[in-house]
Amino acid sequence: MKNWPLWEVFVRSKQGLHHKHVGSLHATDEKMAIENARDVYTRRSEGVSLWVVESKHIHASSPSESAELYDPANDKIYRHPTFYDLPDELEHI
Amino acid sequence: MADIKSLEEKFQSIVDAETKIEPKDWMPEAYRKTLIRQISQHAHSEIVGMLPEGNWINRAPTLRRKVGLLAKVQDEAGHGLYLYSACETLGIERDELFDQLHSGKAKYSSIFNYPTTSWADIGAIGWLVDGAAIMNQVMLCRTSYGPYARAMVRICKEESFHQRQGYEILLTLSKGSEEQRAMLQDAVNRWWWPSLMMFGPTGKESTHSAQSMKWKIKRKTNDELRQQFVDISIGQAEILGVTLPDPDLKYNEETGHYDFGEIDWEEFWNVVKGNGPCNKERLAARVKASEEGQWVRDAAMAYAEKQAKRKSEASKVA
Ligand SMILES: [Fe+2]
Ligand SMILES: [Fe+2]
Repeated sequence: MKNWPLWEVFVRSKQGLHHKHVGSLHATDEKMAIENARDVYTRRSEGVSLWVVESKHIHASSPSESAELYDPANDKIYRHPTFYDLPDELEHI
Repeated sequence: MADIKSLEEKFQSIVDAETKIEPKDWMPEAYRKTLIRQISQHAHSEIVGMLPEGNWINRAPTLRRKVGLLAKVQDEAGHGLYLYSACETLGIERDELFDQLHSGKAKYSSIFNYPTTSWADIGAIGWLVDGAAIMNQVMLCRTSYGPYARAMVRICKEESFHQRQGYEILLTLSKGSEEQRAMLQDAVNRWWWPSLMMFGPTGKESTHSAQSMKWKIKRKTNDELRQQFVDISIGQAEILGVTLPDPDLKYNEETGHYDFGEIDWEEFWNVVKGNGPCNKERLAARVKASEEGQWVRDAAMAYAEKQAKRKSEASKVA
């Protein structure tokens, strides 16, 4: 048996929110992927919009590189508002 | 190779800290294998589980019952698909999973090897079989493997409707004629013990339990879940006015739980080994569906490939 291509499915649950990854499915093309995604992932009005992306097109960062990728942000506390000393009586800032 | 041990220790400390393991993270080979076995077995159970209930869709007594049952069976297909999807993140292909089911190499829950001989069975399945499954699945919402836990959260949200539609079927029968009440009691008599067996072997014989608990794939033992299920079923049976077919069922003041009779483990292992009332029929139905659908899948793929080729040729010309 030959597998149909694998697709990743993303659902926007309501207007104003990001699409969120919900899982995957197999389909021959994008049209079938959307139709199947509707039946598999939105049977109870969980979404107002669907994205499908063929899984082979997704490039992911590697967990073994996570130190190089994310550690540099750890010591940059000056990127956060609480880093700056301001008097308590100051308002609306 | 020397650092396999340190990788394993690091892995365990991540699990112990209640951080989820995600697909690309390092994991012990045995953890991956255990998950593939468990998740695929779970997926197959959802798929095969459609068969006993599908048997009654076009004989449902009212339209209300029919739409309810149809939606439930469709959900079970969905559950199978969420789980296959979770399983594939571990590096196994869908067709391989199907092959394992069709060849008999992979197991599915033995409960689906029992026949549905009356309409009351549909109610009993919703109440007891889905009820027992929920007990297990609620625990699995906190399993250590991220994709499996997320699939379980989705599934649990849908399951409560399954159990309620089943219970309502039984409740209606319980208020019906004498024949209907007898039908209800008969269904409960046949489904009670197999439902208790769904939790799997008892402590001593449960081979995978200890390691699975350590890896936090499982959070409770088979026996703990089974006891929990027995305890909550008593009151639900009372409201239906049915007796559970176990003369040893009795509240134990000391433990605060209900004691229950010895499970017929010989029957359990016999059905697991393929000798239940419907094992052959269930598997044959899956194999037939797969074989007879092959040309459709091939045709759909060929069509999509042709369309894609045309599209790319057209864009070259333009
Ligand atoms: Fe299910
Ligand atoms: Fe269910």
